[in-house]
Amino acid sequence: MTATTQSPTRIEPTAEEPRPRRPRAHPFTTVNPASRLFVLAVMSLFALYFLLPVWWLVVSATKRSGEIFSGNGFWFGEHFALVRNIQTLFEAQGGIYSRWLLNSLLYAVGGGIVSTLLASMCGYALAKFPFPGREAVFGTVLAAVLLPAPVLAIPLYLVFSYTGTINTFWAVFIPSIVSPFGVYLSRIYAASSIPDALVESGRLDGAGELRIFAMCVRLMAPAMVTIFLFQFVAIWTNFLLPSLMLADTSLQPVTVGLVGWRELQGYPISYTTVVTGALVSVVPVVAMFVSLQSFWSKGLVTGAVK
Amino acid sequence: MSAVTIRRRRIRELRRAAPFVLPFLLLFVIVYLVPTGYSVGQSFFAVQRSGLGLGGAETAFAGFDNYVRVFQDGDFLASLGRVAFVGVIQVPVMLGIALVLALLIDSTASKGRGFFRIAYFVPYGLPGVIAGLVWSFLYAPTLSPLTRGFASIGIDVSFVTDSALPFSIANILTWAWTGYNTILIYAALQAVPEETMEAAALDGCSGWKAALLIKVPQIRPALLLTLVFSIIGTFQLYNEPVTMKSVAPNLSSTYTPIMAALRSLSANDFNYAAAQSVVLGALICVLSVFVFRASARSVD
Repeated sequence: MTATTQSPTRIEPTAEEPRPRRPRAHPFTTVNPASRLFVLAVMSLFALYFLLPVWWLVVSATKRSGEIFSGNGFWFGEHFALVRNIQTLFEAQGGIYSRWLLNSLLYAVGGGIVSTLLASMCGYALAKFPFPGREAVFGTVLAAVLLPAPVLAIPLYLVFSYTGTINTFWAVFIPSIVSPFGVYLSRIYAASSIPDALVESGRLDGAGELRIFAMCVRLMAPAMVTIFLFQFVAIWTNFLLPSLMLADTSLQPVTVGLVGWRELQGYPISYTTVVTGALVSVVPVVAMFVSLQSFWSKGLVTGAVK
Repeated sequence: MSAVTIRRRRIRELRRAAPFVLPFLLLFVIVYLVPTGYSVGQSFFAVQRSGLGLGGAETAFAGFDNYVRVFQDGDFLASLGRVAFVGVIQVPVMLGIALVLALLIDSTASKGRGFFRIAYFVPYGLPGVIAGLVWSFLYAPTLSPLTRGFASIGIDVSFVTDSALPFSIANILTWAWTGYNTILIYAALQAVPEETMEAAALDGCSGWKAALLIKVPQIRPALLLTLVFSIIGTFQLYNEPVTMKSVAPNLSSTYTPIMAALRSLSANDFNYAAAQSVVLGALICVLSVFVFRASARSVD
């Protein structure tokens, strides 16, 4: 039990939530049941708003082609056709969907890993080496955080078409491995989580700088996982850049492919297939978040607080 | 310490930092600085056609011609007006909801904190075009389960008329990004020291009053960050209107500034597209700096 100032008006002692990480005494513990109920109602209403479209997506992906827009849109149809829909999805147009998924994975996982490595090395150096020009570098990188990717997409297109690298894997991959936000986050994280003494003692022991960095990576892990996740999601959900750069459907990621299918307005690719494709395309993102949850929640807190 | 040792130390630090900083910096130059510089350069040129356009076209220096054209381009100005309108309505609503939800999750009056955190964060997993796709079906005039639901109780609604479109798009944005902002604000709330809230409670300040008067001012930096990122987000609006186009043929192909610039691109009007991008980028930077300055002043 937390050491709350025990107040006589408190009715339900069980309502005090166990807070695993940081139990805290809280002045809100004296809330009466009516307002507790009101709060719960408001929060549930918003949960409904956020979850309903996702629920529609899940339910619709299980319906037969004919049923998707008849009957109750938010409940299952007569037939549970999810497996068949997924089969149809992967067979459509000679199995191009699996190609799109593979492309997205390649761009997002590859780009995520490389960008995290580059950004955390740079952020580590900005935090730990007082080299001349360090603030100028950091300032320039920070300014880039404010320049959004879609605005940059057109200039990137102009340069890549000038150099003739348009419609290649690299036209999407190279812009994906630069994360100014990652440099910002890892500098802040490295500054607060890596003691100078650690770096100094590594040097006294005669370890090379890269060796010392490899040691510090363990301390920076939460920030690095956060950078990877953000970058993974950003690349996976990116649409404008790949749709500009890639005319070749076999190079396109799943977002570009799906929008192309949606624009066919139901024929020859049925709406059910588009909906199923949308659902399947979300699975890797969800899987990534769930499997790395214990890391990113920590890193996110640091990023927001500082 | 002599000047020589200072210089020697600086060179040593530079040598240490270089292998760590240069790989990122090199790519940063390629991906950010070169395209930006190239576009600025290109924006001062224009393709001049000789004769009746049958002769060869050549690119010539055009001074500020493209920029004059940008500010006389009714379509482009209208697109700026549209995103500003969406931003003025959507950003305050979204951040207001996010702040309230974050405070509610943070207050012990809420049960099922873990569930709500995840429920609110779910849309972040499918932002951009996938969210646009889902909503395009939910908005589709003949197919939408929402439209049919309203029709069955005798209310005719359309989400895709000219006057409804900004609100329909604002709703997609709110749906996709509120949870993300809620989590950011909630994270900042966790850092408010307990002692502060205990002291406030002892002084008789608790509940909503404490939340608004004590907690909110302490998380000002996080709120500011979400505000700036949301404003930037609105001006780069693209995915949602593009996916809406499949259900709203009336949606203009220059609906947002980026769509307008892309149309110039597809018309092979590269120099003008560059000028439009530069104007948009500059506008976003100026706005961000303005918001930072304004709120920094209000702190004092």
